[in-house]
Amino acid sequence: MSTPTATVERVPILTDSDVVKVRQLVRTLAQQARLSLVDQTKLVTAASELARNTLVYGGGGDAEVQLVTDGPRTGVRAVFKDDGPGIPDLDLALTDGWTSGGGLGLGLSGSRRLVQHFAIDTAAGAGTRVEIATWSR
Amino acid sequence: MADVATAAPLALSQTLATRADDIRGVWLEAAARELHGRTSRGELEREQAEIFDALVDGLRAGGTVVTDAAFDQLRGILADVSAVRARLGFTPRETAIGLFALKDGLYPLASPDTDIVPLLQLVDQLGLLTFEAFAAARESIITEQAEQLLELSTPVVKLWEGIVAVPLVGTLDSARAQVVMERLLNTLVDTGSEHAIIDITGVPAVDTQVAQHLLKTVVAARLMGAECTISGIRPQIAQTIVALGIEFGDIRTRATLADALVDALRSGRGARQKGLPA
Repeated sequence: MSTPTATVERVPILTDSDVVKVRQLVRTLAQQARLSLVDQTKLVTAASELARNTLVYGGGGDAEVQLVTDGPRTGVRAVFKDDGPGIPDLDLALTDGWTSGGGLGLGLSGSRRLVQHFAIDTAAGAGTRVEIATWSR
Repeated sequence: MADVATAAPLALSQTLATRADDIRGVWLEAAARELHGRTSRGELEREQAEIFDALVDGLRAGGTVVTDAAFDQLRGILADVSAVRARLGFTPRETAIGLFALKDGLYPLASPDTDIVPLLQLVDQLGLLTFEAFAAARESIITEQAEQLLELSTPVVKLWEGIVAVPLVGTLDSARAQVVMERLLNTLVDTGSEHAIIDITGVPAVDTQVAQHLLKTVVAARLMGAECTISGIRPQIAQTIVALGIEFGDIRTRATLADALVDALRSGRGARQKGLPA
């Protein structure tokens, strides 16, 4: 469906400052893809949530961010991967307000509403992989 | 044995003293060539005179390795020079070359009667010392700046009698959120303020963690009897917060700091006391 147009930027997520790096990288690419200011902010916020999930719940992992094209549209795709404990009950994890940590319980479910494409691949003990993308309109 | 050990540095100090003009001439040329445009010739000459005299004094006092008490003064001078260079933005190379250039002046001293190897080794050790001092000075500059930055990034300002504001700029992580909350609560007490405004115009992204920190700060301020407004909510931030599903409940929010201030003036003690727009 989509073709990568540029090299994949890979950022390891091992500390809090790596979350900031992911955010800055996504913002830069979102600007290059000419996303609207609202879409930029939504995508950056979703990336921030997912990067922090990777760090806090996944015990660290990495993010791969790249520009992609689909016909005339340009977009940004980000993939967050960790080899952590995985999510045993995905439906529960995607419920607003439910958290296994001390957060608001909106990170994962909220991120899904912030982006145009959201895919999650996880199982108990198998790590977690979340893919998000937003396209220019 | 003891005589030999003390005689060698003494002899070297005499050699250095007699050939001082030659050595310093070559040293100055070599250093000036490398540091052209970075420092003036006169300054270099003064610096080198100090270092050279301290070196000769140290040798005369029987110093053989750089850690000897005889070289205390020399080490002090080198540390000062390196620290000054670090602050002036010299590169490590430019800092070390000033000392290593001394070797150019020492090579011609070599003769069957004079073994200059210990002297060259000494200069190498001194070179390492300059590196260390340079790095230490840089470290301290970085630490100072980091501290200044944390101070800078979390000011609590008094806007009016009874109204304080916290303009947040940049990333609001847990450490900063803690600093902000503490400062705000302390300032509320110190100034006897009834109204606090947290302005997030400068916060690039409000995710759930940032929101949680903000909510906690507001709740803490309320517990102390202060009314709290969050201002600087830009359109894109508002839409993001709604999509994320974060609820600010009955917390008062405003688009701009100015709106929040007007609100606070109307509702607060400020309006009654100062007779401002009601």
